[in-house]
Amino acid sequence: MRKIEPILAVLLAAAMIAAAIAAPWLRFVLTIALAKGIAVLGIMLLLRAGQVSFGHALYVAFGAYVVAFLAPRLNDAVLLLAAAAVGAGLLGLLIGLFVARYRQIFFGMLNLAMCMVFYSLLEKLYHITRGSDGIRVEVMPVAGQALDRVAYEWAIFGIALALALGLGILLRLYLSSPMGEALAGIKTRETRLEFMGVPARGVLLSAYVISAVVGGIGGALIAMTSRHVTPLLSYWTASGELVFIAILGGAGGVLGPFLGAAAYELIRVYAAASFADAWQMILGAALLLVILFAPGGLWGMAGRLAGGRGR
Amino acid sequence: MTASLTRREALAAGFGTVLLPATLSAQPAQKPAEFKIGVTTFLSGPASVFGVPSRKACELLVEQMNAAGGIAGVPLRPIFVDEAPGTDHLVGEFRRLVQSEGVHAMFQSISSGSCLACTPLSRELQKLTILWDCGTQRIFEENRWDYAFRTQGYGTPEVLAPLLYLLKTKPNIRTLAVINQDYAWGRDSWELWKAAMDALKPGVRVVAEMFPRFGSTDFSTEITRLLALRPDVIYSTSWGGELVTFVRQATERRLHERSTFVLPVAEASLPALGRSMPEGHIIGTRGDHWNNHPAPANPQLFASFVNAYRQRFNEWPIYPCHHMAQALWALKAGLEKAVAAKNGGWPSDAELANAFRGLTFPTPTSTITLREDGQGLEDQIVGLSSFNERFPFSVPKEMMLFPGAQVSAPVGQKSTDWLKTLTPDFIQQAGRSI
Repeated sequence: MRKIEPILAVLLAAAMIAAAIAAPWLRFVLTIALAKGIAVLGIMLLLRAGQVSFGHALYVAFGAYVVAFLAPRLNDAVLLLAAAAVGAGLLGLLIGLFVARYRQIFFGMLNLAMCMVFYSLLEKLYHITRGSDGIRVEVMPVAGQALDRVAYEWAIFGIALALALGLGILLRLYLSSPMGEALAGIKTRETRLEFMGVPARGVLLSAYVISAVVGGIGGALIAMTSRHVTPLLSYWTASGELVFIAILGGAGGVLGPFLGAAAYELIRVYAAASFADAWQMILGAALLLVILFAPGGLWGMAGRLAGGRGR
Repeated sequence: MTASLTRREALAAGFGTVLLPATLSAQPAQKPAEFKIGVTTFLSGPASVFGVPSRKACELLVEQMNAAGGIAGVPLRPIFVDEAPGTDHLVGEFRRLVQSEGVHAMFQSISSGSCLACTPLSRELQKLTILWDCGTQRIFEENRWDYAFRTQGYGTPEVLAPLLYLLKTKPNIRTLAVINQDYAWGRDSWELWKAAMDALKPGVRVVAEMFPRFGSTDFSTEITRLLALRPDVIYSTSWGGELVTFVRQATERRLHERSTFVLPVAEASLPALGRSMPEGHIIGTRGDHWNNHPAPANPQLFASFVNAYRQRFNEWPIYPCHHMAQALWALKAGLEKAVAAKNGGWPSDAELANAFRGLTFPTPTSTITLREDGQGLEDQIVGLSSFNERFPFSVPKEMMLFPGAQVSAPVGQKSTDWLKTLTPDFIQQAGRSI
C-alpha cells in the first residue's frame, strides 16, 4: 500500500487539475478541499497518538485571521502563508504546553474550549474583528507578482496543491521516523514509551505543534480562496468538520485527509445542489456508511481495492 | 473546404473556451428558454425562521408570474441554496450557480456576513445581484458595485424610524437600556441608534448595554438587571426565536409595565408571540409592509399576495416574504426596462444591470427607488403594538410613515457620520401619521 501511495497521490493531483480546468467553479471548491486536507493532516497526526482534537478549527481560524489582519501591511501571499504558519505554530506551542498533559476526552474537550474561546473573542472584540460580518481579503500579489483575479485563483490553487504534496511527503517522513512511530506508542501504551526513555509529552507536543502549523497553513489558504473570513471558521462545527473529514478519509496514510476533504466538499456541493433541504442528511449518511462498512475510511477502501491492506 | 483552422487557431480556440469565462466572450445575448435565479437563503439553522417563509413566497410569486407568461415572455426558475453552512461554502455555491448552472441573476442573502462576502463576486463574475434582505450599511457605503442592488431598506432607516417615532411620541425619555444579540447586526444597530439618539436628543442616559450570547435561551439575568435599573426605554433589535423568548420571559416578570420596548425587527416574531406580546410598545417591520397597512398604494395587489400566501401555507406572510416579493417585482421592472431599451432584444448582463440604476418599481404598498449607489429607498412604518379581531397576533396602531429618502443616509455619506449631523428639529419634520 505504501508503494502505490505516491502513484495515487499523483493521480489524485492530476484529476484535480483536470477538474479545475474543466469547470472554473470546481477550482474554487477543490482549492478549499486542498486547504482543509492540509489542516486535517494535523488531525490525522494526533489520531495516530489516539487523541482526537475537537478544537483544531482554532488554528485554521487563526491562520485565516492572520491573513485578514496582515494583508494590508504584508501584501504578499507567500509572506502571509509563512506568517500564518509561524503564528499558528507559536499559538500551538503555547496551548500545547498544557493541553499535551491530557489524554482522550480531556484532550478533546480542552481543545474544544480553546477553540470556542477564540470564537467568542472574534465575536466580542467587534470593533477590531468586525464580528460576524467578517473581514474581506482582497486579491494580493503572489511572490511579488501582481496578478489578475483568474491568474490569482490559479496561483492559489497551485500553491495549495504544491503545499499539499510537499507537506504530505514531509509528514510521511515524520510518521516513519522514530518520533512518528512513538505516536503509535502513546496510543497503545504510554508507560512503556516512558520506560524506553522516550518522553511521551515531548512526542505529543511536537506532533501538536506540527498539527497547529498545518492548521494555520490550511486556514491561510482558505482565507486567500474564499477571500472573506468570519468567526464561523472557529466555531465548534468547523472543528467537527475537520474530524469528520479525517474519519471519512481514514487515518491510515497522508493521502487520507485529501481523499476525505475532496469527498466531503464534493458530496456537500452536489448534495446542496440537488437537495437544498437535506444536504446535512446526505453528508451524515455518507459518514455513517463509511463508519459502518469501511472503518478505515476512503483510504482503507482504496487499500482494499489495491489488494493490499490499509494500515 | 471553406474554413479550415490552422493548428495554432485550433489551440487558441481550445484554450480560449477553457480559460475565458463565458461572461467575457462578447456574443450577443440570446433570449433564454428560462430565466434562472440563484436564491441564497437560510434553509436550516436559527435564521430559517426568515429563510423558509421567504422561499415559500418566492415559489408562490414565481408560479403566479409564470402563469401570467413570465417576465418579458420568459418563465422564471429559482434555484435555492442554503446559506447556513458558512462563508466558504456559500461563496463556492455562488460561483457554481453562476458558472455551472448559468443563472441570469442572483438573489442574496439574509445574513449581512453572507452579503459582504458575496457582493464582490457580482463584480468578478459580472452578474446581476439583488441583495434581497441583508441590512448592513457597509455594502454601499464602503464600496461601489456595478452589478449589485438592494431592493429594500437597510439598517440605518430601519433603526432611525423607530427612534424618531419614540422621540415624537415620548419626548421626555431620560434613560435607556439596550439588549441586543452579540453579533454584527446587534452591535451595528446599537451603534446607529446611539449615534442618532445622541444627535437628536442629547442627554439620554444609557443605563445598561447588554449583549447576551447569540442564540441565548435564558434572559433572566438581563431581565433582573432591567427590573432593577428601571430604564424608560428598552431597545432591542433581536429577532426570531430569541426575541420571542425574551419578550415572554420579560412579560412574565412584568418588565413591560415599567419600561417601553422599542423592537425594530419585531414583526417576524409577532405571529409566534400571539397574545403574549404586550400592548403599547413600539414595533417595526424593516419596511412598510405591515399586513394591516391602512392605505397601501395598490390594495388589490397587496390583498391578493397576502391572501394567496395565507391560503397556500396557512400562515401570515412576514417581512422576509415581502422583501423577497420586492426583489421579484424589481427584477420584473428592471428586466422589462432592459428589454424595452433594446427594442425587444435580450439584454447582456451589463445592460441588464444598468437598467437597475435609478429604477423605480412599484410594490403593493408604495414604490421603491434604487438610488445611484444601488441602495433601495423603502418607506418605513412604525407603530404601537395592539390587538384587533382580524389578527390572532399583535399588529401596529397609531402608525407613522417615514419616507425612505428622509431616513436614509445620502449617497456617499457614511451612516454614522450622517446621523451625527442630525439636529433635534428633525424629529418634528420627519414622518407623518397614517
